[in-house]
Amino acid sequence: MEDKFTLSILVNNEAGVLTRVSSLFGRRGYNIDSLSVGETEDPSLARMTILSRGDIATRDQIIKQLQKLVDVKVVQLMEPDNTVIRELMLIKVNAELATRAQIHQVVDVFRAKVVNLSTTNMTIEITGEKSKLDAFVSNLVPYGILELCRTGITAIGRNSDILNNIESEEK
Amino acid sequence: MQLTGAEILIKIFLEQGVDCVFGYPGGSVLNIYDELYKAQDKITHITTCHEQGAAHAADGYARVTGRPGVVIATSGPGATNLVTGIANAYLDSVPMVAITGNVARALIGRDSFQEVDITGITMPITKHNYMVKDVSCLADTLRGAFKLAISSRPGPVLVDIPKDIQSAHVEYEPKPEIQRTNSLKADEKSLKTALELIANSKRPYIYAGGGVVNSDASKELIALADILDCPIGTSMMGLSAVNNDHPRHLGMTGMHGRYAASKVLSMSDLIIAVGTRFSDRATGNKQAYQLGRKVLHIDIDPAEIGKNIVADCSLIGDVKYILTQLMEAGVSRTPSDWALQVEKVRQAPDNHLEMDKDTLNPQTAIEAVNVRLLPEEVIATDVGQHQLWTAQYYRFRRPRTFITSGGLGTMGYGFGAAIGACIGRGKKRTVLFTSDGSFHMNMNEMATAVSNNLPITVVVLNNQALGMVRQWQTLFYEKRYSNTSLNRKTDFARLADAFGAKGFNASDLNSMNQALDEAFQIEGPTLIDVCIGCDVKVLPMIPPGGTIDDIILKG
Repeated sequence: MEDKFTLSILVNNEAGVLTRVSSLFGRRGYNIDSLSVGETEDPSLARMTILSRGDIATRDQIIKQLQKLVDVKVVQLMEPDNTVIRELMLIKVNAELATRAQIHQVVDVFRAKVVNLSTTNMTIEITGEKSKLDAFVSNLVPYGILELCRTGITAIGRNSDILNNIESEEK
Repeated sequence: MQLTGAEILIKIFLEQGVDCVFGYPGGSVLNIYDELYKAQDKITHITTCHEQGAAHAADGYARVTGRPGVVIATSGPGATNLVTGIANAYLDSVPMVAITGNVARALIGRDSFQEVDITGITMPITKHNYMVKDVSCLADTLRGAFKLAISSRPGPVLVDIPKDIQSAHVEYEPKPEIQRTNSLKADEKSLKTALELIANSKRPYIYAGGGVVNSDASKELIALADILDCPIGTSMMGLSAVNNDHPRHLGMTGMHGRYAASKVLSMSDLIIAVGTRFSDRATGNKQAYQLGRKVLHIDIDPAEIGKNIVADCSLIGDVKYILTQLMEAGVSRTPSDWALQVEKVRQAPDNHLEMDKDTLNPQTAIEAVNVRLLPEEVIATDVGQHQLWTAQYYRFRRPRTFITSGGLGTMGYGFGAAIGACIGRGKKRTVLFTSDGSFHMNMNEMATAVSNNLPITVVVLNNQALGMVRQWQTLFYEKRYSNTSLNRKTDFARLADAFGAKGFNASDLNSMNQALDEAFQIEGPTLIDVCIGCDVKVLPMIPPGGTIDDIILKG
């Protein structure tokens, strides 16, 4: 059974760490559906969010193999029910005068935001879960999408477990 | 105390108890070699003919001593020549610290002369690697590298040091040597499950791997087998963990293992796997391997649990401690006639495949060495048929006496490894079993053995073919011998003489015995070219992905 799952990974904020993590996925044949990374409040640490898929054995192997990397401090499997997951998307769409109002309506319904407007097109920013973003995209397809970029998901737990406080094992 | 980067490297070597390093000088490590020159009364440097030989030597040194092997190479081709040696150490969990020079920081990323991204290249084959970009981090990075190489599951670590870091000055503070600290014990809950699993077993089978050797746990392993009155089979990496003459030792399991070792495993109801990663060469068909039996997996690396074989229970930690924990907790099993069943298989004719005792063949050649060596003397091998014959016929009696490339299967590994092993054992007699195929790969290291007057006897089991591949072509490719019949005219004995060693030829058992007797009288390196047939097979053989029912016993 292939299931999607989200991992939050605290890593040293150093050159080459992203390569170490992504090459581990590559060489062992694990999937990355989405990956995002950024510095945390502690500049020496960065936090990655990886959306992957596989059966339970694969999932456990991914976690254990990640934990072996020296630059990886903590790996946390995020529980779907207890996690806030968001992704940011920028989308540039055809917006002639005739269609502009309709697009604005879609933007309002999805609680997105227009961040740039030209005579012929409009750039919209939207955040949300993957399904919301997918739905937003399909609503804009009829107007003609010119460009689209997504950050990949980022995730944080709802409960009081703080990733930084989870004791990392001695390597 | 203000020191240069190169001086700090030497200081750290001394801090960590390193008194011997292997390597090859070059432009980007000139500063390091300058310091090695000054420190030559404290640190011996063995210059090999090729960096690959140096990496294998560091590997062989580490395997016999249990201490990290150190190898030094220059930037670019020097560094890339280490790659096979590092990968080999990684696959077999051998502690190694590889030091490479690199071009000065200002030249990095410009495709400078002899520049290569060696940290990028070795990322998947090291436990971790570092490029030192700040000389103030050098000492602690090196200390970290030594610690990482020996701690938990051992392995290679590479430190890349740009040339200007080697000459930069910084304050140095000495620190004590890092000790291996693996007192990691199994958690109580898993221990309880493990004890229950064993208690419910009537037919347990201990399967020992290289982790037993790394953890120095042979005594504990045999003690557990005695308590459970059960047999022990091993992987190739674990072969020397138990005295091969020990009555509980069934031999190596798997593709070219002993019949009884694999047969008894297939009759067991519980595998107690100790320090092993269930290589495909050892398990064969994984479904059949597990069907009808439980698995208790003991290993220091949590990622090995469930990687190749699903474990019913796992104990994570240093196997020496865990075996002790099990015994202290009063481990026992369900009484049965298991020992009788095991004995029956052991006595079965299928378990006693012998080659002709009166002619020169792989078995008699290996046996001729066997009877002449002391239990603590080291055997190294290359890779191929001769390696498996050595595993099958040599009687290893002490841990760390079988130096072989298990995981990577590196042809050309042997000579470098034998040099490292010989030096690691204080230049004691060492025998390398190799073949014409493997020996041709890295025979240049004969020059290294001669320069250092090492008492290494190279036994070339010469069948004029790439025997292992030829065997597969015979069995699985309808005898289409594509590129395995070598039309080479190399006279190995005269080649040895040309290197400054002493060569011998053995064409029958008599000349073999005579050559060995003479070779072992000589202080320096010797070589015996042993003539064997090209169609002698390694048997038994369980074809890849097969089970004990598919075993080929004769052919």
